[in-house]
Amino acid sequence: MIEFHLDGRSGVAPYMQLIQQVRQALRLGLLVEGDRLPTVKEVVAKVAINPNTVFKAYRELEYQGLVVARPGVGTFVTRTLTDQSLAAHESLREELRTWLAKARAAGLDDESIDALIATTVRTPTEEST
Amino acid sequence: MTAPALKAVGLTKRYGRHHALSDCTLDIPASRVVGLVGPNGAGKTTLLQLAAGMLAPTAGTIEALGGHPASGADQLAKVGFVAQDTPTYANLSIADHLRFGAHTNPGWSQATAEERIDQLGLDPRQKAGKLSGGQRSQLALTMAIAKRPELLILDEPVASLDPMARREFMKALMGFTADDKASVILSSHLVSDLERVCDYLVVLVASRVQIAGDVDDLLAGHFRLTGPRRELAELPGGVDVIEESHTERQSTLIVRADVPLDGRSFTVEKLTLEDLVLAYMSKAMPAQPARESTR
Repeated sequence: MIEFHLDGRSGVAPYMQLIQQVRQALRLGLLVEGDRLPTVKEVVAKVAINPNTVFKAYRELEYQGLVVARPGVGTFVTRTLTDQSLAAHESLREELRTWLAKARAAGLDDESIDALIATTVRTPTEEST
Repeated sequence: MTAPALKAVGLTKRYGRHHALSDCTLDIPASRVVGLVGPNGAGKTTLLQLAAGMLAPTAGTIEALGGHPASGADQLAKVGFVAQDTPTYANLSIADHLRFGAHTNPGWSQATAEERIDQLGLDPRQKAGKLSGGQRSQLALTMAIAKRPELLILDEPVASLDPMARREFMKALMGFTADDKASVILSSHLVSDLERVCDYLVVLVASRVQIAGDVDDLLAGHFRLTGPRRELAELPGGVDVIEESHTERQSTLIVRADVPLDGRSFTVEKLTLEDLVLAYMSKAMPAQPARESTR
């Protein structure tokens, strides 16, 4: 069983934080197939959030095929997130290194690079969640 | 089809020449946790008392759960009201409070009340006057929950509590919401009190509703734009400017947008709920330091 926590200053919507924490736990092996997630009542009594926020997070996780809700019993993990993307990391890192070298050659310092990445990632039209 | 938790049309309350609430129109769906936020004196208490039937409107109409507030015993049984600062009777014991609640409320659940008092670690023989502020608020909440209302209205329930007691109060309130699927409306002048618990927000400033809506929709539809002044001088249709500030070259706008915003020439950022509320507050009272009154 995992416990949720919320970061009020992160700017990430609470339901998204819950989803991220479940996905993180699945990735790290803290949650495995068959594990039960805390009930909505347990979550709201622990972190003092709106029950609808928890419902929404659990619905989204179900939609992502990671958990299944069994009415009256609980919400259970159906799939782990062993990192299949790991293989892709190295080539992506290589491309990123090339890109960073280009950015530095163009005269950007670390701060400008961070700002550029942050604004690009946050552009709403490209957001995928 | 469930009746809305609260529906108001042109709702107005005047005291002599003073407008406590002006032309307020709301349609709040049931089974939500609604935050009513605004500076002191905005009309929050007036609106809540109208919803509970403790006041009658000067003009317009208001319905709670599809019924006229104060229309009779049925309506009173459906709606719970916790007044400002969670009042209790100082000379009555906790057990007296529960007996009183059982006597006056047809849907009263003594088991719920006793279980909560037990969980809180309180002695039923203790006088309410001897309780701490946090405990007194929990007693008032226990009374409201044991009544089993379909709509629970709370006026500034945590304003006088320390952060620890606030958190405990909110946990208990959210536990009730999860169990009973009831509608909850609570007011505060602090957005931070409401941020985690509300999924619907009403901003009331200077006796008027400035904006009302689903929290996720509100957050998804508002942005901060920063960029060169001339780029931001012309915005596409469907974009409403809520707040703007300019330097010679740069503009910062808080906007409500129904259309996708092209972020090439300016930076588009999401807002926190607090930023959003503050923008509407300063829009409604531009001459006053709205920031001061909301912190």
